[in-house]
Parts: sequence; structure tokens; C-alpha cells
Amino acid sequence: MAALRALVGVKRVIDYAVKVRVRADGAGVAADGVKHSMNPFCEIALEEAVRLRERGAVREVLAVSCGPPACQETIRTALAMGADRGVHVEVAAPDYERLGPFQVAQLLAALARREEVDLVLLGKQAIDDDCNQTGQMTAALLDWPQGTFASALTLEPDGQWLRVEREVDGGLETLRLRLPAVVTADLRLNEPRYATLPNIMKAKKKALAVLAPAALGVELAPRVTVLRVEEPPQRQAGLRVETVADLVAKLRESGCI
Amino acid sequence: QSTLVIAEHTNESLTPITLNAITAAKRLGGEVSCLVAGTNCDKVAQELSKVQGVAKVLVAHHDVYKGFLPEELTPLILATQKQFNYTHICAGASAFGKNLLPRVAAKLDVAPVSDIIDIKSPDTFVRTIYAGNAVCTVKCDEKVKVFSVRGTSFEAAPVTGGSASLEKVTAPVPVGQSEWLEQKLTKSDRPELTSAKVVVSGGRGLKSGENFKLLYDLADQLHAAVGASRAAVDAGFVPNDMQVGQTGKIVAPELYIAVGISGAIQHLAGMKDSKTIVAINKDPEAPIFQVADYGLVADLFKVVPELTEALKKK
Repeated sequence: MAALRALVGVKRVIDYAVKVRVRADGAGVAADGVKHSMNPFCEIALEEAVRLRERGAVREVLAVSCGPPACQETIRTALAMGADRGVHVEVAAPDYERLGPFQVAQLLAALARREEVDLVLLGKQAIDDDCNQTGQMTAALLDWPQGTFASALTLEPDGQWLRVEREVDGGLETLRLRLPAVVTADLRLNEPRYATLPNIMKAKKKALAVLAPAALGVELAPRVTVLRVEEPPQRQAGLRVETVADLVAKLRESGCI
Repeated sequence: QSTLVIAEHTNESLTPITLNAITAAKRLGGEVSCLVAGTNCDKVAQELSKVQGVAKVLVAHHDVYKGFLPEELTPLILATQKQFNYTHICAGASAFGKNLLPRVAAKLDVAPVSDIIDIKSPDTFVRTIYAGNAVCTVKCDEKVKVFSVRGTSFEAAPVTGGSASLEKVTAPVPVGQSEWLEQKLTKSDRPELTSAKVVVSGGRGLKSGENFKLLYDLADQLHAAVGASRAAVDAGFVPNDMQVGQTGKIVAPELYIAVGISGAIQHLAGMKDSKTIVAINKDPEAPIFQVADYGLVADLFKVVPELTEALKKK
């Protein structure tokens, strides 16, 4: 089997270091004027695809993002990290506010078919909605096997099967998946590289196509409606204790031990 | 209205989070059934039939369920759904449930709801977003509601007093596109992290895997499970299954002792529902102190052995 074609999803999210604030109208969190970046798990997925290409197992890495025009910045970052080509599925407000993992999975599955890819690599979850669904649903829609929460990935010598080590609750497990397949990246799959300045410059010349969801035959009907978003109950800082003896006394007093 | 709970188990025993999922299912109203699929799971089916509130236990045996592959379990769940027409399908939000349910949902052409912490009505659920920094109430209008349940947010259903009927279901033809090869599970005699009453967790401040022995000694005095921050897992001090946080395990024990953990929001997401939090850190500015009931600013290498000794005295 010739080298594979890989599709990688890259989601634009509020940067992981930002302390998000719930909007006063309860409709969501404040996103305007807030730093955004690529979802950290998508970075790991992309890094893995680029490494597979560097090892000769993959011949082309396609980076895809679904959302408003600002997503093109995220795709450019992906191109600077080593993706070959970008596709922006443009979903502008207000549709974007109702875009959930199911619709994204529909878009990714349609694109995977159209681009005839053999491997879809995604992050295991996005750090904004924390859904952890898109990879599993993309695999279902394509009828492909899935290797979620991957911590190691190897292509078997015949090029037909992928070996995936996954992080599960009790430790690790290893699967074999017949290609084509969907893999979602966990934290320890790799450490993503930084985009260097020369690569950022080169990325500006790489192809970035813009598509409408309708061009992929996907209708963006809302599935799950957000009724309201609220602040979580806040914990108050308690007491400082000076010594271990104080701590033990307090814990005994309060019946904790 | 009726709910199907997908049981998580090892063929030997039921995984505790299934009991939390059963409680969530009961909250919806309507009949609760459980599906047990495995290579040899009669024992688990018996166990489940005694759980309070379960009306029916469906059992499917087949060698293809080795490793509980979602590619093989999904057709079975779809066939079961076709036969019984459940309005709701759920499982625990564990690695098993998270892996399986979205695949089932997509095949049913419905959007699932992940990791719910509360149920407002049969179509309205509460879940956290942004690492627990916001709480979101969602309404699901799908014909079948598929959702995973955060174990720490629902009590475990009582394991006695039930008398469910058992029914065999036929396994569909194997799909064969995936194969389970092996697992490397971390062996431990300590309580399981997500259900332990006391959790002692270590972070980057521990400096090495060897130094986690300090925490194991402390945990032994408290019958505690031992967890870790992402930093400690990434540094290779301890295995991945010990990670507590947004992308690791969610715990809510009676007592959580954070040792050498700074308290990044991603870590707080996994433990801030603990009843009492103790933080030990030498940095007085560490964010963990903002959520701790008792904070001790000190060198962990000095005070953790002291604490272990103090607890020995009773």
C-alpha cells in the first residue's frame, strides 16, 4: 500500500491559559478580545501526522478547521507546523454558535470521503466544550475503526493495519485497526513542535481552500440547545495551618480522619 | 419512557461507575434495563440483577467482545435499541463510555451529551465546560437521548434488593475491522482512584517517581488512593491512569490531599468537588491554596513523613 493520506482536525479554541468568564447574559463565555489558539490535543494530532509523513508512512497531511474566518489563523499555524494543505469549512455566526461535535463529525466524514484519506487524526477532546465525541462519531459515520486516546501509533509493515496504544482507566491497552481508521490523540502521544519563523513564512504560500458546509452535502441542523451557561459554585480558601500537628488536629476535629 | 444502561465490567466484576449511571437512569423515570456484553459475563449479569432499580438485564456472550471494542459493541447496542426502542441510552463517563457512546449516537443519527453532572428533566442535562469553569444546561431534542454520566455526581445504586429478569440477546455478526491485542494495567492494592474516600495526589513538586513512595506511605495510613497531576504524569513519575484533571480522572472524595501540586485550572477541574481539600506546597502563592480548606506552606519532603508518622499514632 502506498503511503497514506492523513486528515487532521484543528479546532480554534480559547487559549488554555485564559481564565474564561461566563457572560452576563448566560448565553456562553466571553470570547471577544480573548486570546485563541489551536486546541492542545489537535496540536498533538497534527504533530503525529507530520511525524508519520517524515517517516514516510504518510504522503500528505491535510489540516481542516470548521468555523468562522478566524479559523484560518489556526490552519496557518497547522501549515507552519508541517501540514501540506489546509481546508477551511466556513461556518459563520449564528450557525457557528450552534455547531456541535456531531455536525463537525459530519463535515469531517464528508471531507475524508471527498479527499480519499486513509487516516483521520483528531484530538481526543476540545478544551472548550470538553465533549470528547468528534473522533468516535467521525469513525461511526465513515464505518471505520477508531483508536481513541492514543499514546502511541505505528503502521504495520504491510501498510494495512495500524497499531494503537491507548490510555484507558486502568493503564494502557493495544489495538490493531484495519485502515482506513480514525485516531484521537491523548496527551502523551508526542510533544508538538513550535512553528519556526521560516516555516511560518513558508506556510503563507501553502494552499488553503475555503468550502461551505453545503458543498460537502452537510446541513447544519442544531441538535443540542444550550439553555444557559453559569458560573460554577466557587470554593472559598480556608485556613492556613502552621504545622503538621495543627493540620492533623483540624482534620480530626472536622471528622475527616 | 425507558433507559438502557450499558454496563462496564471486566467479565469478573462490574465496574463501580455503572452503579452511578444506573442512579442517573432511575432519575429519568421509566424502566431501567442494563446490557452486559462480554466473553463470559454470567457472573456480572447475576450481580447486576440484584442492583436496586434494574428491571431487566440483557446478556450477550461472544468472543468478539474481548477488549470491549466499540466497533463490535455498537452493532449489538443498535440491534438491542431496534428491539426495545429505548428513549435513553447511557453509560459511565469512563474511558469505556466515552469511547463507545458517541459511536452509538452517530449511528442512531443523534448528538450525544457527554459527562453529565445533573438531570433537570428527561431532555435537559447539566454538564461542565472549559475545565469546569462554566456550567452548561443543555436541552437534547433527539429521538433517543444518548449520554454519559460523571460518576462522582450521582450516588451508586444499592447492589442488593433488586430482582431483575435476565434475557439473552444474540450477538450480531462480528465486524472484524479491529482487534484487541493486550493491556498493561497498573497493579495496585490501594482503593481505586475514582471511588476512594481519601485521595493523596502528587505533582511536579515530588521531583521523581521514587519520591512518590512518600505519598504511598501516607496513603497507607489513610486507606487512600494515590493520584497525580498532569505535570507528574508527563514527567514520567507515575503512569497515566493516575492523572486527575480535566482530561484525566474526575474524583470527589471525602478528603483530597494535594502534595506539591500548584493547582492549574486543568487539575482543579478534576478534584474541586472533593469534600475537604488539603494542600501542601512550599509556594504560598500556589493557586491550589485558593480552593484548599487547609493549607500548609511547607517543604513536602519534611512534612509528608511527619504527617505519616502523626497518623500512625492515632
